[in-house]
Amino acid sequence: MSLVSAKPRRDLALIADLVEPGSRVLDVGCGDGALLQLLAEQKNVDGRGVELSQRGVNECVAKGLSVIQGDADADLVDYPDDGFDYVILSQTLQATRQPQAVLRNMLRIGRRAIVSFPNFGHWRVRAQLAFLGRMPVTGNLSYSWHDTPNIHLCTIRDFVELVGALDAYIVRGAALDRNGAPIRVNAPWWVWNLMGEQAVFLLERSAAGP
Amino acid sequence: MSNSSQSLSPGPVVDAAPPVCRPDVLAAGKIATFPLDRPLLTDGGGSIAPLTIGYETFGALNADRSNAILLCHALTGDQYAAGVNPVTGKPGWWEAMVGPGKPFDTDRYFLICSNVIGGCMGSTGPASVNPSTGRPYGLDFPVVTIRDMVRAQAMLVDHLGIDTLFCVAGGSMGGMQVLQWAASYPDRVFAAMPIATAAKHSAQNIAFHEVGRQAVMADPDWRGGRYLEQGVRPEKGLAVARMSAHITYLSEAALQRKFGRKLQDRSAPTFSFDADFQVENYLRYQGLAFVERFDANSYLFVTRACDYFDLGADYGGSLARAFKDTKTRFCVVAFDSDWLYPTSDSRAIVHALNAGGASVSFVEIDSDKGHDAFLLHEPMFIATTRGFLESAAAARGLKEARA
Repeated sequence: MSLVSAKPRRDLALIADLVEPGSRVLDVGCGDGALLQLLAEQKNVDGRGVELSQRGVNECVAKGLSVIQGDADADLVDYPDDGFDYVILSQTLQATRQPQAVLRNMLRIGRRAIVSFPNFGHWRVRAQLAFLGRMPVTGNLSYSWHDTPNIHLCTIRDFVELVGALDAYIVRGAALDRNGAPIRVNAPWWVWNLMGEQAVFLLERSAAGP
Repeated sequence: MSNSSQSLSPGPVVDAAPPVCRPDVLAAGKIATFPLDRPLLTDGGGSIAPLTIGYETFGALNADRSNAILLCHALTGDQYAAGVNPVTGKPGWWEAMVGPGKPFDTDRYFLICSNVIGGCMGSTGPASVNPSTGRPYGLDFPVVTIRDMVRAQAMLVDHLGIDTLFCVAGGSMGGMQVLQWAASYPDRVFAAMPIATAAKHSAQNIAFHEVGRQAVMADPDWRGGRYLEQGVRPEKGLAVARMSAHITYLSEAALQRKFGRKLQDRSAPTFSFDADFQVENYLRYQGLAFVERFDANSYLFVTRACDYFDLGADYGGSLARAFKDTKTRFCVVAFDSDWLYPTSDSRAIVHALNAGGASVSFVEIDSDKGHDAFLLHEPMFIATTRGFLESAAAARGLKEARA
């Protein structure tokens, strides 16, 4: 799913920080393989990728990455349980047809899942809808309503609620500002939900498993 | 699978065919011979000895023998992957991919390509002399499998003094051999490229092969497979087999684009059964060109080998088990207009490799050229292959191409 990966991903370094060195990682919607490459170089990770675009897959293969052409909705079901330590979905959740099923599959395939997404609860998004009466178009959400691949946008609060329905818990979460830097304030969720342009969450399967 | 499909242009209809499988020409090529005391024991319980393997090499083997690539040809291919085929006088079947500066770079790698057993280009097959009768084997040749073909290739690789192959690559039936290599000799295959192929032959594939075989056997000149001794050849039957098979190597879109309903050298239908349509003329030409270079009994044996291929069945019904704990890097390639070995077949291979945690890449190439796309100049396919091989070469510690 490279639909939303055309712009530079500001959250890659933060995601890499969440991954234990030497682990097995599946990057779903890996684009041109920038994150997998970063993880291989910095964390000695054994990485695999799934990417929808032929061009993205070719770029990955040319870099020596093991990447399969496919998408999160259709192809995660084929992966065996516990094949990976981490399954990463970076800026892609909002473009999946069934976000909940995708998250369940991620937590089945890997014990931990890392998810980043644009926050539809950010004040600028809210303001555009509230004061201009128009569907929001921002740096993170740069598409017009009629041609956007982002069919399942959510807020940080929405996401946290969904995790509660998944037999998983949040190990860490971070809201990022417009420059991709974490908002380092000790604040309640509603502040993050207002101030964060994007969010990154590290989820872990509850002990009982999904 | 069809060397001559690259232009898709209707050619002249040829009348008489020269003798097939030119022994004089093939004798000039490379032949490995394994004597009577080193028989190839086949899956079907047969034994082939003496065994000859016709092969060709391209490029140079490096000092530590680490740059060898085995190219596996498709159903009716041969060892002449590159250069000029001495039998047909045409370029090698994978000239788009093999040569200096091409993905299978002859300046960098040592490429080996051998004719499959059961074939008719220098390797032992049904046209070879059966030592126990002094006559051509005919149908007495053992029915061989893809695994038997790979066993013979392994004998050749041993013979060449190569322990581990840097890569095994091939499309269609060649891709089946790649999969079999990875399953049978996982420690001898550093990288594998199964292209436009399947881990098992589908009912549709078996059905098309059966049509071809029945066409051969229905020709009165087939003579129960003993045609060589009687100085005839079932050319009509073999040509029909090729015509029907050739359709399966193309796509409807490619046929429509090239031929549509265009007429051949005439402005109106003749109200006869002449080749009024260009597509008819094209297929007739393909059939006749094929019988010039291929042995009818070999066609029966190589199609049968494909039909029997079901790699998962050899591993208790689990394809994943065939690749358990493999260290081989895989790059699986499918073409979206290939309806003979559709993308779903490749995905099944990828699924099994994933289940075993193998290092696997998978690309579906956009092309409207059907199954034969793997033989043609497809830029994205070439780019993928180049990238995969270069990254594998770096992991293997192979030097850059000679300057």
